[in-house]
Amino acid sequence: MEQAEPEASPRLGLDLDRTVQAAAPDAVADAVFEVEDLSVYYGDFRAVQDASFTVYKHEITAMIGPSGCGKTTVLRCFNRMNDLIPTARVEGRLDFQSVPIYDSRVDPVEVRRRIGMVFQKPNPFPKSIYDNIAFGPRVTGMAKKKSELDDIVERSLGRSALWDEVKDRMKDSALGLSGGQQQRLCIARAIAVDPDVLLMDEPCSALDPIATARIEDLMQEIKDDYTIVIVTHNMQQAARISNRTAFFTAQLDSTTDQRCGLLVEYDRTETIFSNPSDERTENYVTGRFG
Amino acid sequence: MSDTRVDPAGGFSVESLKANPRQARKERLIRDSLGATALVSVLISGLIIWSLFSEAYTFIVEVDWGSVWDIGWFPRRGIYDVKTLIVASLIITGIAMIVAGPLGLGAAIYLSEYARPGIRRTLKPILEILAGIPSVVLGFFALKWIAPNLVESIFGGPAAGSLLAAGIGVGVLVIPLVASISEDAMKAVPMALREASSGLGARKITTTVRVVLPAAVSGLMAAFIVAISRALGETMIVFMAGGAAQTAVYTHHPLDGSLTMTAGMTSLARGTDNVVGEGLTFQSLFFVGLVLFVLTFALNLFSDRFVHKVREQY
Repeated sequence: MEQAEPEASPRLGLDLDRTVQAAAPDAVADAVFEVEDLSVYYGDFRAVQDASFTVYKHEITAMIGPSGCGKTTVLRCFNRMNDLIPTARVEGRLDFQSVPIYDSRVDPVEVRRRIGMVFQKPNPFPKSIYDNIAFGPRVTGMAKKKSELDDIVERSLGRSALWDEVKDRMKDSALGLSGGQQQRLCIARAIAVDPDVLLMDEPCSALDPIATARIEDLMQEIKDDYTIVIVTHNMQQAARISNRTAFFTAQLDSTTDQRCGLLVEYDRTETIFSNPSDERTENYVTGRFG
Repeated sequence: MSDTRVDPAGGFSVESLKANPRQARKERLIRDSLGATALVSVLISGLIIWSLFSEAYTFIVEVDWGSVWDIGWFPRRGIYDVKTLIVASLIITGIAMIVAGPLGLGAAIYLSEYARPGIRRTLKPILEILAGIPSVVLGFFALKWIAPNLVESIFGGPAAGSLLAAGIGVGVLVIPLVASISEDAMKAVPMALREASSGLGARKITTTVRVVLPAAVSGLMAAFIVAISRALGETMIVFMAGGAAQTAVYTHHPLDGSLTMTAGMTSLARGTDNVVGEGLTFQSLFFVGLVLFVLTFALNLFSDRFVHKVREQY
């Protein structure tokens, strides 16, 4: 995939426009996802309406908002996971490194090989720890030899800070791990295929605070290598870990009487939490609503 | 102890929480009568096994064992070559599974993984209608269509019925069984596992083969075991299209006609008046029944063990 080489710190001093569509021209090289007027439908139901924002390289971008605001739906557009739902339909522009991934010529499988995903509930395969990590490299044909595969498995588990805990039980079932370990295993499994982006759909919602803290540390450690987009219900989490935050809400459409997800505000995280420009954002982050 | 449910002093005590004796009696009665209904089926099973064993025992004790390993199944002449029947049963079951395995599993994979919901809603009931066709109808189909059109014109076999014709017929019979149970097993695999696989860049067929099928393997095994049991026990189709009526010379060639265990029993049991001839003819019927019972039972035991070993729990 052709793309401009990132400079050392290209974004410094760049004052991003406060509005949602913000993407200063010279930041485009750094944009991983450019979303413009994205609407997602499930059948006749419009789940998300006209969202526009840009996700930047080597940042953690958080999507927050009340239930039913479409943040997970948007996240699942980034790797075309919504394609698995037969009735789902996407309108608008969604570019990944300047390539429109909803172009009819694009194979969603190729997209997903570059954009990994970690799910809300840890979902290890009912296979051994080793086979879980090796799954991606095997199906994508990354490793030709057993030793290469062993290397990938060890490296991925090392990156997700799980290696020391599991190195003596690689043949054991992954389902014997604790919930937090399973989620780190899922992160290791996702990074084993060496994606550019990690999408995380409320990765800590099923975990206790200690396991959550470990995952958050892990995200900080790996964000230099990956671009992370995370959906979270936990505002503190978004404030702790993310560089930018998108606040979504569910708006009642008076003509159809259906609730539809709407991107209210997108900005640097500290701005969203300390000085949001939209009243709805302020109400939400201060806990007055949602 | 006072019988009043309210403490005389008006306070709250164990007495006030005591069960109403009538309610308790009613509860016991319900439990016991439900237990009795469960017991009935156990009793019936026991009775069947006992009747099978007692007559089979007479046969085992009195038969000349030389006649149980002979040239064929001629019960009225005192030749009870059980291997003729067993081999025919196994051949037919094998052919049936060669037909039903790929077709049933393929249909299940399509319905569970590929078909859009609308197509699935239409196809599945059709498949289940196929399961409801009486086996005598399929017997005619095997005799009048499969035998001349498939067996004769393609394989050069007899048009009047053969092990192959009966086997294909039984295969058609068990396709819906394989497909339906397999599809249920695959549908039960959590969507989260498919998403995990797709999210790693696996294609649909990869997800199906490497994630869904291994996770569903206990259900798939169950489907195949039920189908094999059904094929082993199937009577009408093999009797009509198996290409042999009363007796059979030993053969292991699918294009020959022969009798399966069930068909052998049927031909003997068309009314007790018919079961005459050599003294043990009637008992031989029970002996064959016992062999069939033991085979099916062993199959179930084996599959249980196997499933425990290879199952991927989710």
